[in-house]
Amino acid sequence: MNLLHLHLTGLLGLLLTGPLVAADWMQFRGPDGNGVSPDAQLPRTLDAQSVVWTADLPGRGVSSPIVVRDRVFVTSTSGPRNAELRVLCFGLSDGHLIWERQFWATGRTMTHEKISGATPTPVSDGQHVFALFSSNDCAALDLDGNLLWYRGLGKDYPNANNSLGMSSSLALADGTLIAQVESQSESFTAGLDPSTGRNRWRIERPRTSNWTSPVVFRDPAGRTLVLLLSSNGLAAVDVRDGSPVWSHDDKGSTVPSVTASGGRLYVPSNGLTVLEPVSGSKPKAVWRSTQLRTGTPSPVVLGDRVFLLNDGGILSCGDATDGKRLWQLRLEGPFSATPVVAGGLLYCVNEKGLVQVVDPAKPEGERVSTLPLGQTVIATPSIASNSLFVRSDGRLWRIGRASPL
Amino acid sequence: MGRDIDTSAVSPDPGLVGSQPPDTVDLVIPSPRRLSLGLISGLLALTSSPVSVSAVVSSSALSALRSVGPEGQGHEAAQKAWPLIAAAPAKDLPQLLAAMDGANDYAMNWIRTAIEAVVQREIGSGGTLPAASLESFLKDTRHNPRARRLAFDLIRRADPRAADALVPGFLNDPGNDLRREAVDRLVSEAGKQVATDKSAARAIYRRALHSAREADQIESLAKTLGDLGEKVDLPQTFGWVTRWRLIGPFDNTGNQGFTQAYPPETVIDPKAEYPGKGGTVRWVDAEAQGDYGMVDFNKPFGALKEVAGYAVAEFVSDKARPAEIRLGCKNGWKVWLNGKFLFGRDEYHTGAEIDQFRLPVQLRAGTNVILVKCTQNGQVEDWTKEWEFQLRVTNAQGTPIRSSR
Repeated sequence: MNLLHLHLTGLLGLLLTGPLVAADWMQFRGPDGNGVSPDAQLPRTLDAQSVVWTADLPGRGVSSPIVVRDRVFVTSTSGPRNAELRVLCFGLSDGHLIWERQFWATGRTMTHEKISGATPTPVSDGQHVFALFSSNDCAALDLDGNLLWYRGLGKDYPNANNSLGMSSSLALADGTLIAQVESQSESFTAGLDPSTGRNRWRIERPRTSNWTSPVVFRDPAGRTLVLLLSSNGLAAVDVRDGSPVWSHDDKGSTVPSVTASGGRLYVPSNGLTVLEPVSGSKPKAVWRSTQLRTGTPSPVVLGDRVFLLNDGGILSCGDATDGKRLWQLRLEGPFSATPVVAGGLLYCVNEKGLVQVVDPAKPEGERVSTLPLGQTVIATPSIASNSLFVRSDGRLWRIGRASPL
Repeated sequence: MGRDIDTSAVSPDPGLVGSQPPDTVDLVIPSPRRLSLGLISGLLALTSSPVSVSAVVSSSALSALRSVGPEGQGHEAAQKAWPLIAAAPAKDLPQLLAAMDGANDYAMNWIRTAIEAVVQREIGSGGTLPAASLESFLKDTRHNPRARRLAFDLIRRADPRAADALVPGFLNDPGNDLRREAVDRLVSEAGKQVATDKSAARAIYRRALHSAREADQIESLAKTLGDLGEKVDLPQTFGWVTRWRLIGPFDNTGNQGFTQAYPPETVIDPKAEYPGKGGTVRWVDAEAQGDYGMVDFNKPFGALKEVAGYAVAEFVSDKARPAEIRLGCKNGWKVWLNGKFLFGRDEYHTGAEIDQFRLPVQLRAGTNVILVKCTQNGQVEDWTKEWEFQLRVTNAQGTPIRSSR
């Protein structure tokens, strides 16, 4: 038998601490967790010919696709109680199904009908895919579908769930996998060892319903912080042990997440509050605007402009330096998905499955093209290989350019 | 912290967990050559706990998968064993399925993914699945219901016609996932007859209803039969516990009453009076109302906020037996059986459904006392008025157990 020995603290440690590859889209809202692709170029004008391929999906899901190397990963749930948890792997080039793994939920699977058991977006370190579900089941697989580990966080901590469903996506930083599991009856955030799935740390969190996702931020002191937003405010904890670093104790949103960009934090709190972390103390409040409000989508920052999209479809553009509202553009709503950015353009997908491309450089912003997909879309899209990846319950689209791999 | 809802597995204390150093393990990955499980058992001696189902299943590799537990227990050994199981030949699939007998929910998923890897490799290489031995496994109802369902899915991949022919035989299967298939089959058959022979269709729907055990199928069938002029007695079908005595209101200001042990948690005295919120409180008779057996505290006590109430029922069992108390509730709740606390959660107004919470219990022969605490919070929206619950006693499959008296 030919055995290959990998020393996890060595090789895997290196793999897990390396930076995310920019060309890939390995977590919720992309490489920097802010919805911006640093290098992709997508078509400005979308039409039916822009669809490179589609793939059928089973069951239901509103998590984002992630793209790792030549593969696209999607989660969904199926079955009468949404208790079948599924991780699917598709080929990037042609959308063929490479493999699928299914799991039986060990935690509660009840959700609001608008979302599903597959609402959290998975995360990858480039070697593995870590998939969390509303039931707080968490699976770690390699890119070929081999199981690394399986945790039933919903079974381990049976009161940490929400009858409306759980949605916080996983984050990965400095070799620690972050699972934010917050609800009225029990709340915690855990830092898991990605190689074993065991808890490195687990901290109590405010016992309130919360659907925001953790955001990784490197502060001016060089620390890697995990930003946790809840109705109690914004808490920054040290990724190494979950210890508190600072908190901004003001009412926070429980649906849209924080956006980190250019060293600043754009916090859905009392409209929009912008914080600037400084070394050795609490972050400095830079500005606050009650005119800049979002709904379900999270803020997006592009250069010196900040964009907020409310559920009805009003896209607001603000000056990122002082919060002054510059213009508003009515898009066709309603929206749940956060816009994503490539090549200076905003790609917004409404719940009716209408992709709307917005050029924010125009004086009042301009919708420059649309592409109807004809299905309900709740999930935030993803960008990789010069393509936009959109998923509904039943379909996955690659839209853009079929660039060579 | 209460006990686990779903199984007898003991949850660890989920209190604040301090920083723990990451584990260091060696990951052993075998060559992709197929390894027989007989060889595996000789190669590995990972645990000493045997599995006494068959010689193959007693291999130490399978034991390692079966030994995983809460919070990542046993992951290191399971990580070594999983690739070996995944490399087993397809002919060993029934033995791998049999390893699920008696396995905990975590282990079930470790084994399942290994089975899926075996199937993927076999199908991908142009091989076939052992349909005959899988069918033998499926027909042995002593095996784990989920494993049998998985065997059915594999048979369906190997021989869809053979699988289709098996479905009618699942109508009284001990596994609900298989039983659902047969119920759906009858519904389909009845649907084809409605236009030509309503009487025959009704008879088929009645058969389906008789076998249905899950709420969505029962509700759908009741509606269909109702549309055909045949009213279904839903309270009788679901088996709600309907005769209760209620007491309240006690104070739940700021949701503090959830943890406050009011006198009924200590002693149930039907003639007792206690100081409550706003005056003296005493036990009153109450009957669960409607098709869905709601026990409504607002009826005797008024539409109150920030209050707690208790409901007590005597449930007579003709013998000692395992059972489940199944609860639906959108308020905070706690449940005791014969003075033993089962579980509780203080989540408010995030939704309710039939069988929302399942509490495994052991009924004693004779009178059993079920005590429910139900707390209402201070929310004022229209959709937060309900202060109620529904409860039934069933076997593990969902067949109602009715009080003998």
